[in-house]
Amino acid sequence: MNAVIEVKNLRKNYGALSVVKGLSLTINKGEIFAILGPNGAGKTTTVEILEGFRSADSGEISVLGTDPSIKGGAGLEWRNRIGIVLQSTQDTAELTVREAIEHFASYYSNPREVDDVIELVGLVEKADDRARTLSGGQRRRLDVGLGIIGRPEVLFLDEPTTGFDPEARRAFWVLIKNLRDEGTTILLTTHYLDEAEALADRVAVMNAGEIIEISTPALLGGRANAEATISWSEAGMTKSEKSPVPTEFVKALSERLGGEIPELSVHRPSLEDIYLSMIGATHE
Amino acid sequence: MNKNLPGALEIGLKRGSLEIKQFFRQKESVVFTLLFPLILLAIFGSVFSTKIAPGVTFSQYFVAGMIASALVNTGFQQIAIFIPIERDLGALKRLRGTPMPAASYFIGKAIVVTVSMIIQVVLLLIAGVLFFGVNLPTGADKWFTFAALLFAGSLVSTILGVAFSSVPKNARGASAIVSPVVIILQFFSGVFFIFSDLPKWMQQFAALFPLKWLTQGMRSVFLPDSFATREIAGNWETGRTFAIIGIWLIVGTVLAVRTFKWNREEPSSRSLRLSFSFPLARVQRVKSPLRK
Repeated sequence: MNAVIEVKNLRKNYGALSVVKGLSLTINKGEIFAILGPNGAGKTTTVEILEGFRSADSGEISVLGTDPSIKGGAGLEWRNRIGIVLQSTQDTAELTVREAIEHFASYYSNPREVDDVIELVGLVEKADDRARTLSGGQRRRLDVGLGIIGRPEVLFLDEPTTGFDPEARRAFWVLIKNLRDEGTTILLTTHYLDEAEALADRVAVMNAGEIIEISTPALLGGRANAEATISWSEAGMTKSEKSPVPTEFVKALSERLGGEIPELSVHRPSLEDIYLSMIGATHE
Repeated sequence: MNKNLPGALEIGLKRGSLEIKQFFRQKESVVFTLLFPLILLAIFGSVFSTKIAPGVTFSQYFVAGMIASALVNTGFQQIAIFIPIERDLGALKRLRGTPMPAASYFIGKAIVVTVSMIIQVVLLLIAGVLFFGVNLPTGADKWFTFAALLFAGSLVSTILGVAFSSVPKNARGASAIVSPVVIILQFFSGVFFIFSDLPKWMQQFAALFPLKWLTQGMRSVFLPDSFATREIAGNWETGRTFAIIGIWLIVGTVLAVRTFKWNREEPSSRSLRLSFSFPLARVQRVKSPLRK
């Protein structure tokens, strides 16, 4: 695995306020990496430092082997290799989808085909409509289109599916996974835990300027070994119990009830349950 | 394999045509920037049609001033209002995240300013010649002065617009701050009134800024040379006019380069403001027992 993004001991203060406190992480080529955390955790500051929009106070930062604070021609060469989808932009309102994507294509040395991108982001029917007539979700897909037109090796996605309906969100996930499968490295920040679970190869949970844990969604916070909740129906009542060994529990239950267990469900803690307990725990 | 990145000029020209497209698709900007000066011309030109000197009507004086103002409207005003809007909408930040060279952005702005400036000057000239008895410049030297004023004036106006674009905190504040600055300068600089009739302090204040000199320069192009004796200095001061525009060009460029902001306010300044508010709160708390 070769590291595409490497951060060592990143620190950033705003006045007396310490926003990022010695953060380190490594993101490998072709992985989708999600950063989760409550508002004010330092996610945006961290990502904007990686995008070269802000400077770090200290620490070693490398994105595609380059320090993002690089300026001048070398900075443009570096920007040619990354793509950024910012939060809630409302510009290009008077341009059509095709005009906007075509124009942004002209900034890059080796852009994708404009028509391909329009199709990838599912805006074929809207290609000749002005951006201001698009719905929130369509507008967001245009943003993604503008972010990927340059064939980026690293793609930064900030809250990409805010305002999407469930169907559009699933279509969007497929698009992002396809980009990953083509070898694009993707750094995602999101408020949606189901999105992180569906997309991310690894997640980092951030709180108060620090990373609490980096893991796969399945293993985060000891999720794989956490107690499962088993619920079933017995004598007209819904019962539920927690167990660290749900299989054993269900087997015993089945023997006691003589075979089939009515309305059985075994529920492992969701990523959201784990995440909330992690954030809550560090608040104390 | 990777080709080389497109050049700044190539992208700048593309941005220019994009800016023009966006300009004409926004009805507000077309009306505000291009038609408003014509409406003003119609009103002022019709109300004040008196002769102010032998062979010179107020309308002619006013048209010269409005053509100078056109450089301020399409340069300074347009740029200083639209850049904060683009900054608020996130357009500048998005561009900053791409390999677009910063120079291309400003080339694009220069193109849209040039196009809207030429359109506005031509419209004012047509209206002036047809309805207000304005004579086109006579002789190559007057045309040369006219062209030089358009070029230098538009340039200085645009660059000062870029420098001023960092003053409004947000898009809503932009036109509220920029428009009064322009209107006051127009009153002080001899656009709406005859400059030599204004109070001395107003004349001296206006002489610090380029609009007064552009207005005077346009009079040297459009009014008969006999009128030069009615100017404060007794002549057109063409050399001084270009010298002062040159100084503002340098000052404006330095300011623009040093103050230009691609992003909205960073939290750093917000938290600074917070820390400022703490001592203030303490002062109020100390004061209140005294009031009892």
